[in-house]
Amino acid sequence: MNYWPLLGVGVVVVGFVMRKNPVLVVVLAGIASGFGAGMHPGDLLAVLGSSFVSNRALLLMVMTLPVIGLLERFGLRERARDWIAGFRGLTLTRFLLSYLGLRQVLSMLGLTNVAGHAQTVRPLVAPMSEAAAERSIGPLDEGERHRVAALAAATDNIGLFFGEDVFIALGAVLLIQGFYAQNGIELEPLAIALWALPTAIAAFIIHAIRLVHFQRRMQRRARPPASPEEDRPC
Amino acid sequence: MLKIEHIYWVLGAFLVYSAWLNLRERQRAMAGFWAILACPFLFGDLILAALADGTRWPAQAMGVGVIGLGVMAARGGMRSHSDDAAAEALRRTAASRLGNRLFGPALAIPLATLVLVLVAPYLRWAATPLIEARHATLTALGLACVLAFIAALRVTRAPLATGLGEGRRLLDALGWAALLPMLLATLGSVFAATGVGDVIAGLVDAIIPIDSQFACLLAFALGMVLFTVIMGNAFAAFPVLMAGVGLPLLVLRHGADPAILGAIGMLTGYCGTLLTPMAANFNIVPAVLLELPDQYGVIRAQWPNAVALLLVNFALMWLLVFQP
Repeated sequence: MNYWPLLGVGVVVVGFVMRKNPVLVVVLAGIASGFGAGMHPGDLLAVLGSSFVSNRALLLMVMTLPVIGLLERFGLRERARDWIAGFRGLTLTRFLLSYLGLRQVLSMLGLTNVAGHAQTVRPLVAPMSEAAAERSIGPLDEGERHRVAALAAATDNIGLFFGEDVFIALGAVLLIQGFYAQNGIELEPLAIALWALPTAIAAFIIHAIRLVHFQRRMQRRARPPASPEEDRPC
Repeated sequence: MLKIEHIYWVLGAFLVYSAWLNLRERQRAMAGFWAILACPFLFGDLILAALADGTRWPAQAMGVGVIGLGVMAARGGMRSHSDDAAAEALRRTAASRLGNRLFGPALAIPLATLVLVLVAPYLRWAATPLIEARHATLTALGLACVLAFIAALRVTRAPLATGLGEGRRLLDALGWAALLPMLLATLGSVFAATGVGDVIAGLVDAIIPIDSQFACLLAFALGMVLFTVIMGNAFAAFPVLMAGVGLPLLVLRHGADPAILGAIGMLTGYCGTLLTPMAANFNIVPAVLLELPDQYGVIRAQWPNAVALLLVNFALMWLLVFQP
């Protein structure tokens, strides 16, 4: 067996660990893997070019940028922050858990592209999370603001990943069914999709626990001598 | 009939416009970057059609372009448009003037996508559907963005050039990160074409004791995670691990339930997606979009979930798949 194509994997690992520019790392890894497999340079270029074209749907998020950019110039993020700050009783935990639940349910219905980092997280969810955190914790410093924003992005990812597998008509379930069908095992899509439910519920519970802990930790650090009344996180 | 290709043309035109604005400001590297990236959107179908007919040079030229993009990204020259105090004051006054009307166009992207997806099967002109069924969701998303942009222009009363200019500002700020998801998917195809998956599956088979149910299941679960981390995509890992371990050892030899193994096995791979910079559109792009100082900031925020869910998934599989 020819082990040289693994050279590409090595380039990826070393490149990401050394924090080189990811674009360059990926291009070099592709070239290394191609040469390792003994591909003709012409073939390698054709594979690179054609698969780049085939995967162009991944850049579709750029379509949202003019909308988001224009609204941001006219104060969308500021407005999102102010609006959330007006809700009494809204905490970071409650806000992000509601978003997680909504995202999971939408993904279960196959509506994976309805939300996302460009569409909803940057313009709405991240500034709203900051405002909700400031409501329950007080002013955030730079590092805390970044951690809240990162948590908002993570919430979106978790909601998407652990919801979409329950949807039967596209993506994961059809891939699983197709693989088994090729190998002579016929399964109903619904039979596969239902088994994604336990993990979907576990993902929600685990994230809920983490959010509660995150908020408690930040509250403790923000104002150590708070009265017990105020210290209650939810 | 509206097809995904039409959306791609609009996107390509926006990239060309961004390139032109950069060229006018003598930002040649940035201009070249967006101009090359516009090619798959403007000429993508021609390239793929030519390749299907056996004409390889357009695809090869695109391959040269991909390498060029990598070199340009690495040489830097990417800039972000700085945010001054005057702009912030302007945003504040605009925000208080426009109020909640600002949410309308932003929410129009998800809501119009949703509505278009739901009504697409019923929108017909004679016998032709108005939105092609093949990529209905993505087409709906693209169309929703165009509609939301028109709504945003009306709400803010900004001229078209301002709107596109603001979009270009965000695009420049994203820089190479915008391109990374496409490139990583490309790398996945190269890995598949060069047989990386088969080599790894062979190595896994050589290591594990195949008589132990537990060892096989552990190899399957960890293999899904590891492979997803390397490929950046659980969909790429699934067929490899299934063909190497899941089907021959777990299903056929140890009698595992294929539906449960497939469903939870895929979700085990998703735990890997939460951990890897290779899944750039989920982990790196948002870090750049949210202007986090650490490009691994999002991964840092979600790795505990990934580890906990990996344990849950493994326990579920161990308890459920071997039941008669």
